[in-house]
Amino acid sequence: MSSTTQSAVKTGGGRGAALLAWIDERFPLTTLWKSQVSEYYAAKNMNFWYFFGSLALMVLVIMILSGLFLAMNYKPAAAEAFGSVEYIMRDVNWGWLIRYIHSTGASAFFIVVYLHMFRALLYGSYQKPRELLWIFGMLLYFALMAEAFFGYLLPWGNMSYWGAQVIVSLFGAIPYVGDSLTEWIRGDYYISDATLNRFFALHVVAIPFALVFLTIAHLMALHEVGSNNPDGIEIKKVKGPDGIPLDGIAFHPYYTVKDLVGVGVFLILFCLVIFFAPTLGGYFLEHANFEPANALQTPPHIAPVWYFTPYYAILRSVPNKPLGAALMGLAVLLLVFLPWLDRGKVKSIRYRGPLFKVFLFAFAISFVALGYLGMQPPTPTYTMISRVFGAVYFAFFLLMPWYTSIDKTKPVPTRVTYHAH
Amino acid sequence: MTDEVDNGRRHFLTVATVATGAVGAAFAITPFLASWQPSARAKAMGAPVEVDISKLEPGAMLKVEWRGKAIYILRRTPQLLAELKGVAPRLRDPDSNQSEQPAFAKNEARALKPEYLVLVGVCTHLGCAPLEKFTPGDVTVSADWPGGFFCPCHGSKFDMSGRVFKDVPAPTNLPVPPYKFVGDGRLLIGTDTGNA
Repeated sequence: MSSTTQSAVKTGGGRGAALLAWIDERFPLTTLWKSQVSEYYAAKNMNFWYFFGSLALMVLVIMILSGLFLAMNYKPAAAEAFGSVEYIMRDVNWGWLIRYIHSTGASAFFIVVYLHMFRALLYGSYQKPRELLWIFGMLLYFALMAEAFFGYLLPWGNMSYWGAQVIVSLFGAIPYVGDSLTEWIRGDYYISDATLNRFFALHVVAIPFALVFLTIAHLMALHEVGSNNPDGIEIKKVKGPDGIPLDGIAFHPYYTVKDLVGVGVFLILFCLVIFFAPTLGGYFLEHANFEPANALQTPPHIAPVWYFTPYYAILRSVPNKPLGAALMGLAVLLLVFLPWLDRGKVKSIRYRGPLFKVFLFAFAISFVALGYLGMQPPTPTYTMISRVFGAVYFAFFLLMPWYTSIDKTKPVPTRVTYHAH
Repeated sequence: MTDEVDNGRRHFLTVATVATGAVGAAFAITPFLASWQPSARAKAMGAPVEVDISKLEPGAMLKVEWRGKAIYILRRTPQLLAELKGVAPRLRDPDSNQSEQPAFAKNEARALKPEYLVLVGVCTHLGCAPLEKFTPGDVTVSADWPGGFFCPCHGSKFDMSGRVFKDVPAPTNLPVPPYKFVGDGRLLIGTDTGNA
């Protein structure tokens, strides 16, 4: 693929073509463009669920850029952090906008990623041969959770402080090494200036590098195996005489144009939140965090931001510290094993049997319900309801080998379902 | 000299190089990992603190900071001390066998002088600061509440000696820090040995 003849792009000749030819002899620009974009074939029946991958990439860019500009005015020291965020909000030109873009972007990132992951559940996008693609995606999700957690301490509000205290204390549940491990993570006997400083370093250098690297690996794996589609059919199985899948269309221009519509809708909603409801009633920016960190006073009601509350509800519902922490970890980790838990012979929900549909529906409901319960105070009633939904959550994974193997599936067509319009 | 490749020699050299590199990597990573331990300054700031408790009224609680943690100093009334025995059946570790405290505090009052309760105000579940809910029957906790400490984060409950109740997420009693009385009405938190 690296021959220089490929540089004969339809540019009408002239200086532009000459420059491109000059570059192509030294760097595989045209080759890369063709293999990854203009000659990357995706199924022609992809629906709106396929917006969220490109949207996640765009939000990553928005976060890196807005974060870069926040870092120019933010001070990662316990004595100055809270004040420097207020300074950004009040005194820095357009600082409020840059900060609200970043804080809203954090929630938007998780909304987009959760929908992207749910798409994979709907259409079996994690199944063979896309297991590694799924694992890279899960590693991205873990890195995103770490990034959100480290970033949440930085404003040094009281909820930042106690949120970090609770999550770091989780490591204390590990037998034998727990206490020394938490001290090592904090770098002090409590969440202090040392902790804030290192969380800042991890938030702006280490984890962003991991996110970018994993995104590249995720895309490379995607382009190696090809995109799945709402029918869960491998379009490479039916190719035309030119070697191009009959149901495939080039990513550019067809999906770049389509994704731009998704970008438009997303940005409208994104801007509505930034300009009219930046805290979203305490869901995106928690009210307790508008008060500086106080090591002596836990907020009366403590809850993480909404994107962690499903797992938090599971943690809280177990009246045993190591078991609660272990179940919370397992709830996240089980997702990684989906490609091997799923014994179904079809990929897409369109051809799955009733059992899978019921379990997936129950799982989606339990995830949202746990998310709600994780924000509520730990009353005995809420705790009991959390246990029920927690059981449903785990049943989806642990019973999956059983219900997917006995489910009555429908026959899968050889070509994708497509209605021209 | 022969042109044949000595595979055994190549294999040995590869293994030896990788092993040497691994040892080097282990040495190289050590200072970076160790740099995350509390620094000399953090350790120095974790030194014992002295508190004046001469003005503490019976039934009142004082909060001071030691190593960034809230230390609760509660002066208990004889009535509160008399009620400690009654709650024992509802506790997970009434004799403090699984809990963290200096040897002198491994008793029902969990204290050097029963009147003064000194606790680390950090929930043994996930580190929140438990609230003082000393009124029996406080409806914000439960109707049969005998009085004690209540953690707002995950609902753990502790009695008037900081001992944990059954059926809550916290595994052990609230820790008692090392402390000793120095002079008249003064308390030194952070050490229980030597002369102040």
